[in-house]
Amino acid sequence: MESQLGKDTVRKEARDKVTGAAKYTNDLADAPMRHAKLLTSSHAHARIVAIDTSKASAMPGVRSVITAQDSHLLCGSMLRDRPPLADGKVRYYGEPVAMVVADEEQQAQAAAGKIQVTYEPLPVVNSIAEAIKANPVIVHEQLMSYTKMEQEVYPLPGTNICHRQKISTGNLPKGWADSETVIEGSFTLPQSDHGAMETRAARCIIMPDGRVMIKSSSQAPYSVKEEISAYFNIPAGKIIVQVPLVGGGFGGKTAAQLEVLAVIAARAVQGQWINLVNSREEDLVSSPSHLGLAATIKMGAAKDGKIMAAAMTFYIDSGAYAEISPKLAKAIAVECTGPYNIPNLQCDCCSVYTNHPYAISFRGFGHEALAFCLERMVDKLAFALNMDPFQVRLINAVRPGDLKPTQEKTTLSNTGDIRQCLEKLRTLINWDEGTPIKEANNLIRAKGIACLIKTSDTPTDAGAAVILTFNSDGSINLNCGAVEIGPAMKTTAAQILAERMKMSLEDIHVQLTVDTASSPYYWKTVASMTTYIIGRAVLNAADDALGQLLNLAAIALHCPPEDLDFKDKIVFVKHDPTLYIAFKDLVKGYQFANGNTIKGPLVGRGSFVMSRLRPLDEATGKGKAGSSWTVGAQAVEIEYDPQQHTYRPLKAVTVIDAGKVLNPKTAKGVVMGGMCMGLGLGMNEEFVYDPYGIVANTSFRTYKMLRYGETPNYLVEFVETPQIDAPYGARGIGEHGIIAIPVALANAIASAAQIDVNRLPITPEYIWREKTRA
Amino acid sequence: MHYAGDSIIELHVNGESKSVAVKPSHTLLDVLRKQLSLTGAKPGCANGDCGACTVLIDAMPVKSCLMLAVEAIGRQITTVEGLKDAPIQDAFIRNWGFQCGYCTSGFLMVCHALAMHHPNAEQSVIEEWLQSNLCRCTGYAEIKDAIQSILSGNLHRHRQRGAFF
Ligand code: FES
Ligand code: FES
Repeated sequence: MESQLGKDTVRKEARDKVTGAAKYTNDLADAPMRHAKLLTSSHAHARIVAIDTSKASAMPGVRSVITAQDSHLLCGSMLRDRPPLADGKVRYYGEPVAMVVADEEQQAQAAAGKIQVTYEPLPVVNSIAEAIKANPVIVHEQLMSYTKMEQEVYPLPGTNICHRQKISTGNLPKGWADSETVIEGSFTLPQSDHGAMETRAARCIIMPDGRVMIKSSSQAPYSVKEEISAYFNIPAGKIIVQVPLVGGGFGGKTAAQLEVLAVIAARAVQGQWINLVNSREEDLVSSPSHLGLAATIKMGAAKDGKIMAAAMTFYIDSGAYAEISPKLAKAIAVECTGPYNIPNLQCDCCSVYTNHPYAISFRGFGHEALAFCLERMVDKLAFALNMDPFQVRLINAVRPGDLKPTQEKTTLSNTGDIRQCLEKLRTLINWDEGTPIKEANNLIRAKGIACLIKTSDTPTDAGAAVILTFNSDGSINLNCGAVEIGPAMKTTAAQILAERMKMSLEDIHVQLTVDTASSPYYWKTVASMTTYIIGRAVLNAADDALGQLLNLAAIALHCPPEDLDFKDKIVFVKHDPTLYIAFKDLVKGYQFANGNTIKGPLVGRGSFVMSRLRPLDEATGKGKAGSSWTVGAQAVEIEYDPQQHTYRPLKAVTVIDAGKVLNPKTAKGVVMGGMCMGLGLGMNEEFVYDPYGIVANTSFRTYKMLRYGETPNYLVEFVETPQIDAPYGARGIGEHGIIAIPVALANAIASAAQIDVNRLPITPEYIWREKTRA
Repeated sequence: MHYAGDSIIELHVNGESKSVAVKPSHTLLDVLRKQLSLTGAKPGCANGDCGACTVLIDAMPVKSCLMLAVEAIGRQITTVEGLKDAPIQDAFIRNWGFQCGYCTSGFLMVCHALAMHHPNAEQSVIEEWLQSNLCRCTGYAEIKDAIQSILSGNLHRHRQRGAFF
């Protein structure tokens, strides 16, 4: 059978999605339901003096009004520092303070407005600089008393630093001595938001026997289960989490937040479903967001352009709570050299608390922020050396055998071929034509390039299992814990299975809803790791099923199993294919002519867990954070108006070493989506705070994501250097389209406007300020 | 739950007449989703900014979060569930016009109406119509391919194969 991989394959749930039949959490028909609504904080940092719920409780339809007084509880997937409802003080604007449960949504909303909270405002930590200055205002006075959920969290007592990750390799003084040119740069990136079109939603009911049923728009149903179990001290087996289709995740739906509140509400009114859905405003600020960053980098290079040394300091604006940000700090630190070989290195990466919305994983997992700083430095270095930025990248790009900051060795298989990506990019963006170019009518056309790299930063035990069951027509049901958040991961899993089973994709049925009670475990649908982790488990499950099919067919066909082969749902004798038996006659066991039947219904089982990962050394960062890297190169071409300081993107290019492209149109689409999001971060997107830490833009009218017609022409191409241990060689590519786009745009604008771009987003006003700075 | 203050109104949705009990403040989006179980229209912002809730009112795209249910009395409402094999649905599949699918119903309704009213729409008109909606997953390139693939100029065909009007 001809391979089905590498062909454009329509996603399994396509028809549902164009007919309105596709159901997301808040579309499910659960009746009767009660509705929960939040009252959120109007201050960024304030002591809660009193909460008067009496008026709210008296409102029609209200069943319960809940505050932290009802459940002193601390949550957090790495460090338990976050009360689900503010307890004693509020630490960010939009933080949930109280919750109303009522019969109707409008009733709950109306009653929430009647809760009276008396605040005593506290000084606000409104920036990273304010968080790390001497004698700062402290966001968490009890920092050192918090329970760690994971070992690799190292808070600093008496500070706002909730985690510090260090990397040190080589000999830095020697590196500086070997450098001809040394440059420095400082960068800041604002917090921003995932902006998934489906706002987060959670439902919960406590059953009479104590089982906790949750439905939610989560990328991580199994962690929701484990977190709820830990927070409420409920045995994990009594918690069931179901996730239907999810309307976009981008990392924002990875930790339990609304789910915790839904459980609290369900406990208050036993026996009925609670429905808790974010408004867009809540989704932007109350629920977690995208990190902000401040960085200082010093970099030295020899005359030939080889980077000899770098010293880097990063501070992540984690916002009010740690959540996943210690892991983000680790991710930035372990990848701080990008796809370049820097032999002498020191890096310090801290997650700091501020009074901003708290950060969580976001497409790129910090690599998009890191790339901005690093790739601006490479362009600045090229400028200082009077070299072509393309050549500086090529000279320094990792080669097989080079060491990563974690002292892991790179190979072609585990890293891919960055040089080939760069060479392709050079042609696609027509780099050799030069930049900037003056056009007619006083416009300037300019290009910027940048490289991307990312590893998975998974826990050392991230794994998955897959279960295959069979139908009487010989077709297969594929059941796994990957959530369908958009990139067609279920279809990819089905493709991998169809390929191994040598059968048509039509005969693979995927279970779209994940149910932790019946779907086998999967760590989380994140980190662009589903193809790898689920894919490997699928292959193991296929092999398990095939082994059983062949053994049973051997009995039916009276020959040894090694004489058998299979395709198109039949098992046949290799040397005489006229002797065969169909899958459908094997999947419920084999029945002899006299009716006797052997072996029961067939089940294929497969498991996979990441291998050889280990935690990082606290002082040097030595360790292994992922199984492999994905590399690529990106470019943006713009047209800039030097009178108005406005610009528009003309063209955006991505070349990624995908290992093997399983589904070309889907892969390209996911990469283009990332590029569009990257342009959004580059051009518009940021949380704007007033002096009191209040987020000023909490709607899509003011938080501007790109719209139809504002995007450039996309060019996406792939290099295919197989990752030997990945299913059919395919690397993770789900997040990568975003990573170097903001900085490629920044490099283009730096070239067009002849300014030093050191922050995002790049608005005309910013360019004007830089241009007119004395 | 019904209580004092609700009125029974009749809505014409996807070619059928439906009686629903509503309050004056109920949006069309809420009534479609909660009372008629037509959950294809999505609440992406409930504020007019995202277009995920778009339905057709007398064949024109309208954000159902910005319309009161009572304002729709006597009008022909078409939701994504009422698109029966409209060319734009296949075009979205053929051109990879969606990923998570949450914005899709809204885009389909805008595109469907655009194809009916401007079968020869040029780029600037397409842009004007489609800028009302947001998609966070795609980079809009496939949506552009999808709408262009059905704007071949055959108004008649789209009218016939489109929705129930
Ligand atoms: S929900 Fe109506 S425009 Fe967003
Ligand atoms: S497909 Fe996800 S928002 Fe458009």
